[in-house]
Amino acid sequence: MKNLGAMFERFGGVNLLPVLVAIVAFVLIGAPSSWVTLTIAGLAMGMMIFLMASGLSLIFGLMDVLNFGHSAFVSFGAFVAASVLAFFGAWLGGDSVFLSGLALFLAIAAAIVVGLLGGWFFERVIVKPVYKDHLRQILITMGALIVAEQIILAIWGGTPTSVPRPAFLEGAWIVGDVSVEVYRVFAFALGLAVYAALALILNRTRIGLLIRAGVENREMVEALGFRVDRLFVAVFMVGSALAAMGGAMWAGYQTLISPALGAEMMIVVFIVVIIGGLGSIEGTLLGALLVGLLGNYVGFLAPKMALASNMILMMAILMWRPSGLRPAIK
Amino acid sequence: MTQTPTIGALFIKAVVLLIAAGLLFAPFLFQDVRALEVAARICVFIVLVASYDLLIGYTGIVSFAHTMFFGFGAYGAAIALKQIGNSWGAITLGTLAGMALSLVLAVAIGLLSLRVKAIFFAMITLAAASVALVLASQLNTITGGEDGITYRVPDLFKPSTKLFTDEAGKVVQIGGVKLNGKLAAYYFVFATSLALFIVMLRMVGSPLGTVLKAIRENEARAEAIGYRVVAYRTFVFCIAALVASIAGSIYAVWLKYTGPDTALSFAIMIDILLMVVIGGMGTMWGAVIGAVLMVMAQYYLRDLMSVAAEATAGIPLLPHLLEPDRWLFWLGIIFILLVYFFPKGIAGTIMDKGRRT
Amino acid sequence: MSLLSLSAMKTSIGQYAVLHDVTLEVPEGGVFVLLGRNGAGKTTTLRSIMGLWRPSPGSVRFRDRDITTMHTADIARLGFAYVPENMGVFGGLTVEENLILATSKGKFDPVRLKRVYALFPALEKFWTKQAWALSGGQKQMLAVARSIIEPRELILIDEPTKGLAPSIIDAMADAFREIAATTTILLVEQNFEFAKALGRDMAVIDDGRIAHRGSMADFVADKQLQDRLLSLSA
Repeated sequence: MKNLGAMFERFGGVNLLPVLVAIVAFVLIGAPSSWVTLTIAGLAMGMMIFLMASGLSLIFGLMDVLNFGHSAFVSFGAFVAASVLAFFGAWLGGDSVFLSGLALFLAIAAAIVVGLLGGWFFERVIVKPVYKDHLRQILITMGALIVAEQIILAIWGGTPTSVPRPAFLEGAWIVGDVSVEVYRVFAFALGLAVYAALALILNRTRIGLLIRAGVENREMVEALGFRVDRLFVAVFMVGSALAAMGGAMWAGYQTLISPALGAEMMIVVFIVVIIGGLGSIEGTLLGALLVGLLGNYVGFLAPKMALASNMILMMAILMWRPSGLRPAIK
Repeated sequence: MTQTPTIGALFIKAVVLLIAAGLLFAPFLFQDVRALEVAARICVFIVLVASYDLLIGYTGIVSFAHTMFFGFGAYGAAIALKQIGNSWGAITLGTLAGMALSLVLAVAIGLLSLRVKAIFFAMITLAAASVALVLASQLNTITGGEDGITYRVPDLFKPSTKLFTDEAGKVVQIGGVKLNGKLAAYYFVFATSLALFIVMLRMVGSPLGTVLKAIRENEARAEAIGYRVVAYRTFVFCIAALVASIAGSIYAVWLKYTGPDTALSFAIMIDILLMVVIGGMGTMWGAVIGAVLMVMAQYYLRDLMSVAAEATAGIPLLPHLLEPDRWLFWLGIIFILLVYFFPKGIAGTIMDKGRRT
Repeated sequence: MSLLSLSAMKTSIGQYAVLHDVTLEVPEGGVFVLLGRNGAGKTTTLRSIMGLWRPSPGSVRFRDRDITTMHTADIARLGFAYVPENMGVFGGLTVEENLILATSKGKFDPVRLKRVYALFPALEKFWTKQAWALSGGQKQMLAVARSIIEPRELILIDEPTKGLAPSIIDAMADAFREIAATTTILLVEQNFEFAKALGRDMAVIDDGRIAHRGSMADFVADKQLQDRLLSLSA
């Protein structure tokens, strides 16, 4: 048992978990082509969930602020992107890859801008007055979430909205007897690129250094002469923008979105950050991939267990590691 | 505990007594079907909100799983009444089953997450509650899925039951109110709710309440003095869960219907949150005031809003926000403002008044 | 004019007043030692100076400028360095990153860096190691090194010898002597031997009030006074 544990650590420790899940699923599913399809879907889903969750994790890590309204940005991102895509419907339908690509870019950019502005407003108006007061923080951000959901209902209505996609992201590539949906590959690649950029910023720049140090010990960073509260506004805005971007991509993935989207994703996002450990993007990525993969595998094997499986995963991991798989060092 | 009560506190207690009297005579004071529905809902929600207040107000931890426990109680009673038949035994059995399930889950969640980090608790309870909601709507065969369950209740509560008859065999009326089964059902709700509320009131007045307050004020210090904070919190979480579960069973008996919307939905959780914050956390009296105001608003404010929506029909977006369905928008804003400016809620704020006089 | 002057500071944490009335003048240059029993208010005094807790009422003046309500970061920018009791080392960052964070521009002054290497050779050796992997003594060295990697006006140090081996304590004392030649150190200590060797002026805090203020030499000579004020720690 001890040897097994040592071997586990040597080969990457908790980072191996998604691989383990994939191997177990391979055995249970049996059919390799279904397994490949599910794995790609799981990875794509995991990346989109990562985008939604990373901001929440950093925001909590840096200022001990838990934003229950975070999922509002996911919803706004999704609906804004859907509206922009619908507005450029003619470009999407045309043959020009450039024009439909531009429409997609504009949709995601619009979601990001909405996320940045919303994040700024949220931090300054909603969260700032209740720093350091968890009870009121939870209540107020919850109140803000209710209001945000109502605004979405008032603007976009309660009926599901369909989301047009650029033609070049439609369809699937057929490799042997495996079909690979193009949009999933796109979502995975974009998510990976964002992760790489975040990791680079956090590990190679001075701002990143300040954020990592601030997550560990905010007081000490201030005692070294840096205003963490000003840094925090920026992190809050970027985190919200990432959530909105995740929402935008999720909208394209689902192609049919309803205002309940935010609330549904919120649960998943919470589970991901608890599993991954608050305050580190590596942990968030790990948690997101685990949840994405598990969700798809279980959805195939035992459809009714999908959400409950995430819950069971969370409980199991909390019993094993009470602070999550890879929390920031505190 | 030997402080003389403030004028504000006396005022709040007088208001609560007035509400209690109003609920006691509700069938005779407001003689229409809707008013009785409102009164019964108020009774159940006072208990539900007070039990939530035990948790949030007296220990400072936020749970989003309170509706889950409420739902367990409601579904327990509902399933038992449906499967076994409309007997008192079924109600008892269903209530106990709901309580048992609530207790098991409360212990599990409490021990697992209260030990870890208080902030996790809110997230984990939220996740647990949503899983319960999904399960309830998926397990069609047992829970009736989205449609819920309708069932019959003991004969005593049937509207056609005559509690007292005169010589002609007709039901006796007092002040124009028929003494029928509907009345019996209401007084069943009222009496059980009152009993539960008094039990909780006794609990916060006991040494337990004092310990809880000490933990809420300064967790580290309470721990240092030797109180086992996790144990106390888990205990209170269990008590709150049990009371919520019983309240669910009572409501199920009153409604004769149980479905996701009446027993498990997140909207109920939001209602509870709004009630406890509007009324005032940590006072018990606040639960009464919050529940009364919110339930009344739910039933009567919407009418007002549809009038307002029509009046503003020409203005963009505003009529959309004034639609009766959008009333949560306004409540949300009121909620945020209250948490900012009156974190003690109505009861807490008024009870502080007149402290120096 | 003294470098730092605290007047009638009362600091409360929650409902409990930890400091009742702290009035103290810290002159420029050398090591000023603040002694006191456990829970007397030493750490709270340092935190109140840094703006991490707010005295009310009371004031903190630095070079005759009122800094009582300034933000911690702005106080630090005036030339304060703070080495907290738990050292405040960032475990997830490397030794290099810990030190570079303590520079205002993100660049090292080569002369100062050499001096840090000379004072604490272990830091050079573990330059690229994550700080959580350092020993307690090495962490303390890193924490002190952070406070001298740039020129500072005043260094606040909270119990640097706590839990350290005697050999490391001696090295630390040498380092402090050298640092104090060019700047002012306000040192909070329970280890009287360590404090005695370094301090020029000193004060004793007891139950949130300054109980004694004088020169270290006089205090060392007065055994009775020591017994009365430090019965537990001396």
